[in-house]
Amino acid sequence: MVKWSDFERATIQDIFSKISYDVVGSAALSRCLIVYPWTQRYFGSFGNLYNAAAITTNPKVAAHGKVIMAGLEKAVKNMDDIKTTYKDLSVLHSEKLQVDPDNFNLLGDCLTIVVAGQMGAAFTPEVQGAFQKFLAVVVASLRKQYY
Amino acid sequence: MLSKKEKKLIKEIWERLTPVAEDIGSDALLRMFASYPGTKTYFSHLDISPGSAHLCSHGKKIVLAIAEGAKDISQLTVTLAPLQTLHAYQLRIDPTNFKLLSHCMLVTLACYLGSEFTPVAHAAMDKFLSAFAAVLSEKYR
Repeated sequence: MVKWSDFERATIQDIFSKISYDVVGSAALSRCLIVYPWTQRYFGSFGNLYNAAAITTNPKVAAHGKVIMAGLEKAVKNMDDIKTTYKDLSVLHSEKLQVDPDNFNLLGDCLTIVVAGQMGAAFTPEVQGAFQKFLAVVVASLRKQYY
Repeated sequence: MLSKKEKKLIKEIWERLTPVAEDIGSDALLRMFASYPGTKTYFSHLDISPGSAHLCSHGKKIVLAIAEGAKDISQLTVTLAPLQTLHAYQLRIDPTNFKLLSHCMLVTLACYLGSEFTPVAHAAMDKFLSAFAAVLSEKYR
């Protein structure tokens, strides 16, 4: 079981209570599709992903960003057992969506950078450490059901 | 592959960051130590606590080296030749750590530049830092 310090717990709850899921979700996903263009392979049905401007204004990307944030919120609300919380999501990503799990880290890095951009100096090294630990647990839980 | 536009953008950003090299460099290092504690093992001979003289001077060194490389990206192998030798034969830092510092450098830039650190700038910077790291590890074997 993952052990969270008081600081880590409080930091994660704080960050997710302050960020706008619409803005951050869309920004993180579009950043991922722009910075790591090969991730577009999973979004063939999303229409125009031809350049950064198209991706940033694509409504399907924005909508999916929200879906991702809703998924993350489940982990935020169940920090003490993210593994169980994500069992079905893990099966979904491995069996149905067939996403290479290395992509989870790419999206996680983009999410970190988006949150950093929003929080500025408040996103201290310690806060970043807690955030990245949380994302590491999320990614590990999403990988769990792959075989 | 970096386009002409991207090279120009990267050069401009690092020119702006050169006067605050100490702040940027020490911030990126602190982030790396906090998120990836294994990286601290390379610094057992230095005082890397926040604000320490060692941390600031080391951060400055790194940022100035990156800025120098950004001045003429097509000449990276020439510019980095001495640092290649240093890292391969003396420091022998496992190259996977370059990725970790690069990521933390991007986070520092995001905090420092805010909305100016657009997805396009982010993509260009990530590509540049990857190329930089690749050149740096060329002499390893």
